[in-house]
Amino acid sequence: MDFDWSVILTALPALAQGAKLTVFITVVGLAGGVAVGLLFGLMRAYGNKMLSGIAFGYVEFVRGTPIVVQVMFIYFALPVLLNVRVDAMTAAITAIVVNSGAYIAEIVRGAFLSVPRGLREAGLALGMPVWRVLAFVVGPVAFRRMTPPLGNQFIVSLKDTSLFIVIGVGELTRQGQEIMAANFRAVEIWSAVAAIYLVMIGVLTFSLRMIEKRMRIL
Amino acid sequence: MNEIAHRSDMERPGFRGSNAASTGRAGMNMVEFKAVTKRFGKTVVLDKVDLTIRTGEVVVLIGPSGSGKSTLIRCINALEQIDGGDLVVDDISVLAGSAKVREIRQEAGMVFQQFNLFPQLTALQNVAFGPRQVRGTPKHQAEQQAEALLAKVGLAARAQHYPSELSGGQQQRVAIARALAVKPKLMLFDEPTSALDPELRQEVLRVMQTLAEEGMTMIVVTHEMGFARKVGTRMIFMEHGKIAVDGPPAELLDNPPNERFREFLKHV
Repeated sequence: MDFDWSVILTALPALAQGAKLTVFITVVGLAGGVAVGLLFGLMRAYGNKMLSGIAFGYVEFVRGTPIVVQVMFIYFALPVLLNVRVDAMTAAITAIVVNSGAYIAEIVRGAFLSVPRGLREAGLALGMPVWRVLAFVVGPVAFRRMTPPLGNQFIVSLKDTSLFIVIGVGELTRQGQEIMAANFRAVEIWSAVAAIYLVMIGVLTFSLRMIEKRMRIL
Repeated sequence: MNEIAHRSDMERPGFRGSNAASTGRAGMNMVEFKAVTKRFGKTVVLDKVDLTIRTGEVVVLIGPSGSGKSTLIRCINALEQIDGGDLVVDDISVLAGSAKVREIRQEAGMVFQQFNLFPQLTALQNVAFGPRQVRGTPKHQAEQQAEALLAKVGLAARAQHYPSELSGGQQQRVAIARALAVKPKLMLFDEPTSALDPELRQEVLRVMQTLAEEGMTMIVVTHEMGFARKVGTRMIFMEHGKIAVDGPPAELLDNPPNERFREFLKHV
């Protein structure tokens, strides 16, 4: 068979549209996921029995179920249970928030607990309240240790958005699927889709490298 | 290792810092242990300890490992919580709640065996950090003070270096400056030279001696008997969570009051 570049050219606007949606879901979802992960990770690391237990339950529940099931639950089951309307985009973003939040919570917990105890004591010994010690002494060191696993999770989450094809969100994979269904040019379309994912993740990886370079890894 | 002589460079004008103010209340009770008990699980680490330390005293704490000396000073700034009795620091009980505990910690600077400098901050930022965080000192002012303190510990030229770029002795001197920056009335030293090579110990001990000469109240856990004799005003030997011997360092070192103490001295 011959590779027809014009097919890709024609499909490009629609694919770009899908890529834009993929980026949007990923960025908004991960922003939420980082916030959720920070909260639950700190609850798990420093909370009392109850807070730590809640965080543990959340993390285990999310890690114990596939993301496709989670998004289906949010999109199809939640509306029935709570009698609310959830549109596909909201469901997709929520799924990324909930899913990445659990993994990021573990990253946060691990990073904070890996910081030598002496630093925490040094902060406390100056007379700082615990929250300030966590924010300004342990946090900055933990944050540097978090960047590599966090980057990994960002990449995983970006690719996870392709699973939202199941609820009909018009992200990149879904766009590819729809174009392919119309013109049957599987090779060209899936090559193009793959290339676009590669570029997006390449940009992400490069930015993370830059951040890591600018920070002193401790 | 006993050469911690008076050095002329320590006597230069301006070297006596603001901490000399703490001598103003000489003789008042700075730290009072009242039947303090501390346990780790089933192990009793401090066994109904009674101890009063007055302003201006330089107390040297010695004893075999596990005798409770580190725990004793860590109870003073509530890094360890006491399980029985009461412990009053500068008229504040360590049991008075977290806000009061923070006040105690600002009165009692601590220097750790492992330095524990903040690795993401330069020497200058490490020293300026405490005042900015707990005293609300403006950045510019905190950094000016930090520069003066670094000069005091002989590290003015290293202000912009990160801890990882400093030797152990330099790191420990920065750590002393960091503790002093909060303007404590009392300094706690938990084996400050134990992690250092012998040739680096002297530079740290010299800074500590100067502090003592300025009238700072100090409690020092150490194995440096030369320092104890020269700088200490009081020596406490701990054993099994109790104070076994308490007296003037030179007297105790020259005439060990009991066999156990004599035995211990042979091994340090």
